[in-house]
Amino acid sequence: MSVYLLSLITFLPLAGAAVIAMAKGDPEVVAKNARYAALWTSSVTLLLAIFMWIQFDSNAVGFQFVEDVAWLSGTIRYQMGVDGISAPFVLLTASLMPLCVLASWQAIQKRVKEYMVAFLVLETLLIGVFCAQDLVVFYLFFEGGLIPMFFIIGIWGGARRIYATFKFFLYTFLGSVLMLVAIIAIYWVAGTTSIPDLLRFDFPPQMQPWLWLAFFAAFMVKLPMWPAHTWLPDAHVEAPTAGSVILAGVLLKLGGYGFLRFSLPMFPLASEMFTVPVFVLSIIAILYTSLVALAQKDIKKLIAYSSVAHMGYVTIGIFCANAQGIQGAVFQMLSHGWISAALFLCVGVLYDRTHSREIATYGGIVQRMPVFAFALMVFSLANVGLPGTSGFIGEILPIVGAFEQYSWVAALAATGMILSAAYMLFLYRRVIFGTVSNEALKDIMDVTPREIAILLPLLAATILFGIYPAPVLDAVAVTADQILIRYQEGLALGGATPY
Amino acid sequence: MLQLVLALPLAACIIAGLFGRYIGHRGAMAVTCTCVSIAAILSAVLFYQAGFQGKTMQVGVLDWLGVAGFASGWSLRLDSLTSVMLVVVTWVSAIVHIYSIGYMSHDPHRTRFFTYLSLFTFMMLALVTANDFLQLFFGWEGVGLASYLLIGFWFKKPAANSAAIKAFVVNRVGDLGLVLAIAAIFATFGSIQYDAVFSLAPTVTEQSFSFFGANVRTLDAICLLLFLGAMGKSAQFFLHTWLPDAMEGPTPVSALIHAATMVTAGVFLVARAAPLFEFSPLSSQVIVLIGAVTAFFAASVALVQNDIKRVVAYSTCSQLGYMFVAMGAGAYEAGMFHLFTHAFFKALLFLGAGSVIHALSDEQDLRKMGGLVKHLPYTYLAMLAGTLSLTGAPFTAGYYSKDAIIEATYVAGGLFNGSVTLVLILAAAFTSFYSWRLFFLAFHGKARTAPAVIEKIHESPNVMLLPLAILVIGALAAGGLFYDEFISKARTDFWGITLFNAESPLNDIHHVPSWVIYAPLVALAVGLVVAALFYLFWPKIPARIAQANTRLYNFLLNKWYIDEIYDALFVKPAMRLGALFWKQGDGAVIDGLGPDGVSKRVLDVTRAAVRLQTGHFYHYAFAMLVGVCIFTSWFLFTKGS
Repeated sequence: MSVYLLSLITFLPLAGAAVIAMAKGDPEVVAKNARYAALWTSSVTLLLAIFMWIQFDSNAVGFQFVEDVAWLSGTIRYQMGVDGISAPFVLLTASLMPLCVLASWQAIQKRVKEYMVAFLVLETLLIGVFCAQDLVVFYLFFEGGLIPMFFIIGIWGGARRIYATFKFFLYTFLGSVLMLVAIIAIYWVAGTTSIPDLLRFDFPPQMQPWLWLAFFAAFMVKLPMWPAHTWLPDAHVEAPTAGSVILAGVLLKLGGYGFLRFSLPMFPLASEMFTVPVFVLSIIAILYTSLVALAQKDIKKLIAYSSVAHMGYVTIGIFCANAQGIQGAVFQMLSHGWISAALFLCVGVLYDRTHSREIATYGGIVQRMPVFAFALMVFSLANVGLPGTSGFIGEILPIVGAFEQYSWVAALAATGMILSAAYMLFLYRRVIFGTVSNEALKDIMDVTPREIAILLPLLAATILFGIYPAPVLDAVAVTADQILIRYQEGLALGGATPY
Repeated sequence: MLQLVLALPLAACIIAGLFGRYIGHRGAMAVTCTCVSIAAILSAVLFYQAGFQGKTMQVGVLDWLGVAGFASGWSLRLDSLTSVMLVVVTWVSAIVHIYSIGYMSHDPHRTRFFTYLSLFTFMMLALVTANDFLQLFFGWEGVGLASYLLIGFWFKKPAANSAAIKAFVVNRVGDLGLVLAIAAIFATFGSIQYDAVFSLAPTVTEQSFSFFGANVRTLDAICLLLFLGAMGKSAQFFLHTWLPDAMEGPTPVSALIHAATMVTAGVFLVARAAPLFEFSPLSSQVIVLIGAVTAFFAASVALVQNDIKRVVAYSTCSQLGYMFVAMGAGAYEAGMFHLFTHAFFKALLFLGAGSVIHALSDEQDLRKMGGLVKHLPYTYLAMLAGTLSLTGAPFTAGYYSKDAIIEATYVAGGLFNGSVTLVLILAAAFTSFYSWRLFFLAFHGKARTAPAVIEKIHESPNVMLLPLAILVIGALAAGGLFYDEFISKARTDFWGITLFNAESPLNDIHHVPSWVIYAPLVALAVGLVVAALFYLFWPKIPARIAQANTRLYNFLLNKWYIDEIYDALFVKPAMRLGALFWKQGDGAVIDGLGPDGVSKRVLDVTRAAVRLQTGHFYHYAFAMLVGVCIFTSWFLFTKGS
């Protein structure tokens, strides 16, 4: 079974989407069936992903569950496989998807069928990105993810959705086009698009900066790094709750994953060359967007800006190129995956009740929604990076990783700790504490069992991995070491002094 | 047993927190009080074992994280330093738990209150029993969280909410230092375990590293960063602003967190890291300086405050300054001794103040008190004991510990220390004045309380008085009882190797000139006499002095305007920068040049293109040429490499 496991996980949602798409008849019945079919499909996918995770051998070097079938002209092959930096993301994507379906259960009332189809297609594409072991296949999944996301925001989004989709598309497309050019160039030079082969290929030093920059353009937009981040707040604000969850939870991580998969091990000389600029951009991201978050009046925008700041730690971790940095970066991406997902789901809980994202319309919620207030408190503190939550591990490791060689980077990055506490607690206070002054909040109801079912797994992940992160870190460790070995070899080969 | 001391408050917190609605207020109070009380008794046993029998242990429970040498575990450590903190934390906590049964009896959210108290106790214990720096940081931030939750306990009060956020954010400034210290310790020693780091400390005294181009001595950097963390938690000058505001929380919280335990965590940290500080004379000097400034500053502000809790809060701040001076002077034992005695008498003062506030239907303004001695006789006695101890009256607990600090500072000498001794003595005179001022204003003189409040006045119930009685014993006797072990004959046996110092100034404490020995007593007497004259005999004088020196009076009343300065320097600019970056940076510049600009340019280009298509062949040819050039260069470039 495990031979086709990855393909099964990847394409099962697509099959589910096909089935849903064919449903016809009474709109009410179709909508209901679509919801259940999507829930079942994504749940079974999750079970398979968990099975994969259990079978995954953390100590093995290289890719696992490998599939290899000749595809276009034999050189471009359909190759699948996962290693320590991709397997956790497959599981993350598969875990978030059933929650997204549940979160859309009542919030989405128009074109339910198409909505569920879009989400399942998106799941296929996202899981595919992490499993793909061929550059072209990777690119197809990577680019393809744009399309369903484009529709999700464009059709089910808020008032300014057209502007948001336009901006989203323009940025991501521009980045990806450059990456496509780089992929073609790589094929020219290396004669293969197989990622495992390319990881053993030594790219000519003169070429590395150009290829690095082309890939960087794509990943910088996805992550996003300052100054290519302005599409994100708009996309988040307009996207439906589940759209934001996937956007923040998984889509952003493609950037960091790309840096680890391609930039660092394939173009080590260029990576080293651009380390300081990347650090500068990351620090700007942390400080600048944290300050911007402080000034926000819209809950979703605030969390979106906070995402950009948190991704700053990811890029710092990756490019300080040591074990703490890389493992910390992967952990931060995963941890931010469930924390930001939870925060957006919490905003969704409020939005479903009042149809407002304005912070000023809230206040005193704790008196009416104590359970919700507790959940939001945990997630806010996790976002602030309180020890004991997973958010802390994801912040301390990159800081520790950076300190040894770049103490100034660590010092500046750590100031984000102060700002994140300020904007999150300020937000929490305005929404949750105080007295109820808004009439609309007088009889607001606390979370329903469905909403508890959505938030509880995320809460558990936040706390459990905060106290015992070993399962994730151990899975990442070997692959992180491999990347570092490749990186050091590349530096030595290029005549640079590895430290 | 050590595991149990931690597990009990944690269990209490979880039971009361998750099942509070099933077991009710009484159930939650019973569970939390019982658990913490048992922990207190066990701690006393551990204190005896560690301090008097020299027992130490390290118990591993679970790994936390380990990434290429950067390893931290959930493990517990017991030595005499920890055991002192254990006793202080669990005893004051148990006393405050029991006191709160009475104090919070009218509050509908009692269960939540007791949950937070137990959570705090657990976090504080985690802090003091930590075996490495990262684990310490867990407890460190955990107590910050509990403090945030408890300051903002009355969530409908805007002032309480602001104070809670302020406490957390200002503490984070200190935490920034601690995080960087941890990173620096790992970069230097390759480990963050206490034992490993401390044993390697003597080998890295010559190391330095480059920070923003400047060459910094590694140990100085580590110690200063650690001290930055300590400054935040222990409310030292520059990072003290959150502590007075934290008085918005319920008074038992002020007694437990903001007087006896959490705010002393910074002192504990310096004591714990003494093997590092010993090799960093620079940071020791900085600590003495900041400590002395804090001791003086806070005492001066306390002279004129009218809120009973704020007076005690500034007093706490000032006393913490004394402890840090001792730490910087190398008299770690004396600092820890003052921490120990201060926990009792300051908790007593706070709980006594709470008893007054409780009796007066939540009145905190000293100007609306007076003559309370006849209504609250037991509270009066308790406050008297606390005041005597704080002002250092002979043979009370504070007398032994404070005098030891002043004398040790004198012995240590050094760059600032000669004048530092004088500053401390002056601050002691201030302390005496504001303490007796508070005492006389509240309990003596004419009653200035509104008649409606007087009618409802009542002495506190036994459940509040009994805790006061226990603390009275501590405040009066804890000094004399443990004097030998903490700072005198038996101190080397008692502390073992935990408080490392090459040469303790306590060795020569008995050879100081007699003026140093008698000065604190004179300071006490002067403060007492002046306060008595001002507030017992000529109550009109203070107002006249204030009128004559309006500037000075306002300067002190407004706490040296530090809050206003910070607001103008940090808070407002941060908000303004945020708005600027958002509207101008993101909006005008990035979007303006990026997507919005592009879409406008696309429109321009299309319009231009429409104009272009008038059949000018050379335009097309030129466009093609440019395209060909670009592609050819790309070809050549890739082929060439």
